[in-house]
Amino acid sequence: MSIRAAAAGSQTAEAEEVLGPAEARRQAHQASQPAAAGAPAPQAWEPLIVAFCCNWCSYAGADLAGTSRLGYPPNVRVIRVPCSGRVNPLFIVKAFQSGADGVLVAGCHPGDCHYSTGNYFTRRRFLLFRRLLEFIGVEPGRFHARWISGSEGPKFAQVMTEITQEVRRLGPNRMLRDARDVQ
Amino acid sequence: MKRIGVFICWCGSNIAGTVDVEKVAEAARSMPGVVYATDYKYTCSEPGQQMIKDAIREQHLTGVVIGSCSPRMHEKTFRKTVESAGLNPYLLEVANLREHCSWVHPREEATTRKAIDLVRAAVAKVARNHPLHQGHIPVEKRALVIGGGIAGIQAALDIAESGYETVLVEREPSIGGRMAQLDKTFPTLDCSACILTPKMVDVSRHDKVTLLTYSEVEKVEGYIGNFTVTVRRKAAYVDHSKCTGCGLCMEKCPAKKIPSEFEMSLGRRTAIYRPFPQAVPNKPVIDREHCLKFKTGKCGVCAHFCPRGAIDYEQQDQRVTLHVGAIVVATGYDLFDPALYSEYGYGRYPDVITGLHFERLVNSSGPTGGHIVRPSDHKEPKNVVFIQCVGSRDEAKGVSYCSKICCMYTAKHAILLAEHVPGAHPYVFYMDVRTAGKGYEEFYKRATEEFGATYIRGRVSKVYPRGDKLVVRGEDTLLGKPVEIEADLVVLANAVVARHDAAEVARSVGFSYDGHHFFTEAHPKLAPVETNTAGVFLAGVCQGPKDIPETVAQASAAAAKVVALFSKDQMATNPMTAQVDPACCAGCMLCEPVCPYHAIRPETIQERVGGKAISRQVASVNEGLCQGCGACTAACRTGCIDLKGYTHQQILAEVEALCL
Repeated sequence: MSIRAAAAGSQTAEAEEVLGPAEARRQAHQASQPAAAGAPAPQAWEPLIVAFCCNWCSYAGADLAGTSRLGYPPNVRVIRVPCSGRVNPLFIVKAFQSGADGVLVAGCHPGDCHYSTGNYFTRRRFLLFRRLLEFIGVEPGRFHARWISGSEGPKFAQVMTEITQEVRRLGPNRMLRDARDVQ
Repeated sequence: MKRIGVFICWCGSNIAGTVDVEKVAEAARSMPGVVYATDYKYTCSEPGQQMIKDAIREQHLTGVVIGSCSPRMHEKTFRKTVESAGLNPYLLEVANLREHCSWVHPREEATTRKAIDLVRAAVAKVARNHPLHQGHIPVEKRALVIGGGIAGIQAALDIAESGYETVLVEREPSIGGRMAQLDKTFPTLDCSACILTPKMVDVSRHDKVTLLTYSEVEKVEGYIGNFTVTVRRKAAYVDHSKCTGCGLCMEKCPAKKIPSEFEMSLGRRTAIYRPFPQAVPNKPVIDREHCLKFKTGKCGVCAHFCPRGAIDYEQQDQRVTLHVGAIVVATGYDLFDPALYSEYGYGRYPDVITGLHFERLVNSSGPTGGHIVRPSDHKEPKNVVFIQCVGSRDEAKGVSYCSKICCMYTAKHAILLAEHVPGAHPYVFYMDVRTAGKGYEEFYKRATEEFGATYIRGRVSKVYPRGDKLVVRGEDTLLGKPVEIEADLVVLANAVVARHDAAEVARSVGFSYDGHHFFTEAHPKLAPVETNTAGVFLAGVCQGPKDIPETVAQASAAAAKVVALFSKDQMATNPMTAQVDPACCAGCMLCEPVCPYHAIRPETIQERVGGKAISRQVASVNEGLCQGCGACTAACRTGCIDLKGYTHQQILAEVEALCL
């Protein structure tokens, strides 16, 4: 354990008594972020992950994770689409442009598509698209296509946790971001 | 300009306990287009819905966002609310603040921030919503029931009794299913055949029921109200329109030693056979695999003796096409293979049998005429050990769930044994005795108190032969001591598992199944007989282990759903369908092959270009067929097919709103 982490640890214990656990954790987290000299401490970077989930399997899987109270990082924002086949690669480019650090497209397992064949198109489309993204310089770890069924609440929570960790390791996405956002 | 109202639900403490709902409502007030935002304890309650209606009228809202539970839960409820206030029901979006936020994240600022983001996305989307109107399609008022066990029979009878045509498809030569194999039923000890066979006859004689036995559903196309089903009628090699069921052919058939599937191989059958004497229809089929005529070409005894000339060796499988409006799936279950527990010796020692074998042994029309005997030497057993949870509740070697019926049928077996064999002693090794049900606990008490069954809490570690006996070694965990019983017969209560081909059935009909291959209901509590595919309903054990009363109740429930569907002449369709903009469609028709419903067809339109009339090909969507998956929208090169309710504009607006 580094000295700084140890110090933060003892501070947390003290602060918890006064502030309650959640508030103490938040403050400790902010304090542990290196602040630019002179400037006010910038808000800690948190990865933002946009997940396109098909209504019938993955969105239901996310709901099941909820009803089963299976926690995962709050960095994930789900957009509901009828089928993973509805997801136009344009949406993913748009997400990266608008500031998403990671994107997930999730659908039913191959063979189980509510619309019979939608996810086969997804599979082929995003296999290629991922390579295109890689070619233009977006790390492949930022984009994922996964199969999560309506009965796989634990898998949903696990996939969200894994992707958040991976994107956190990659750091903020700068490649496709709108020029106006990049300082 | 849109006037959007935002309603944040506390859901009691379900959302408010984790998310700062007031802060979310406050943040919503400054979102573009929002003119009204508030929070309320239970938005789905009567006063909550009234509040939304009042706000729509008072604030002249043109769009509504509700931050509450999953839209899969209450979207329909809120659509009705919005509609009753005079707003188009599709000018509503639900932000999932419960399942996707408050239930999965701790109470901290990031969670509230996420909730605000989700509401912002919903606001951005609803600002681009357009009023949508449902279409209407005719409903074919004929039902298909797949599976002729007690569930299928009950469902078919109920639908037919309501006055609608029903087709009952069964893959075996007779209906009856698992229940026909049982001897008595718990907790009343009614004879299974006595309560089942009258129903079998009823369903076969009903003028609204078409019975297709020895048939399998091959393909299902279409959608609710309008399914086209292909059924393969397997060749029976007997013309059932001529056959009277006299049984002479079975008497004369020289291939007599084929293990009977119905008798769990404890009895024998002929190559031309009916599964059991009370079979419905009571007409035989030829088992081609064992028939000497088919194997060697030299027999033909049955054709020779048949007084009606009904035997037809040239018969071929036939395909029948049915048009139905609803489907009830009641395909039943298989049983776990206990040979996977090699320590119990099933398959190695003939006197280790399963519960279903025991049913056949104790049944008066069974292979032994109802005398309980050991399969090995046909001696009457005295000490019989019943082992529970063979496969059930064992994640390592079996399945994780409880099979639900074994505790009760083992108690029944113990009683039947004591009744049939004077001086016999039943021993039961169990993990827990689960007897939830009307009269069930009392029944189990009777087995122990009145019939002297010895219940031993513990697992069996080994079964091995000693002389002509089987030694059952286990542990009594209540005494903390090893026990050893010299048994004459060992009966395993093997787990209920999904049909081996359940996944194929689910795929061919088009609905989902769980990790154990049991079919998935649309909602575990509130839609237990519906599937996620509209017009397809579930009944019986194919959905999960259950006993006969529950199966019958579910079958009647499924029938009620079908009847409710058939009570209308037309059905409202989902208005969220694909739409082509003919102005920019290039007519490349790349969308056509990706459509799983064949809803896209080329269409010729007339246009005037530079004063000249030309005709041009564009794509056109049949809204009755389109199910709104949106596959075509992603395939369209020019981007001129859009999906109503999930337009490019709406999704892109959501993406932008989330990434702010």
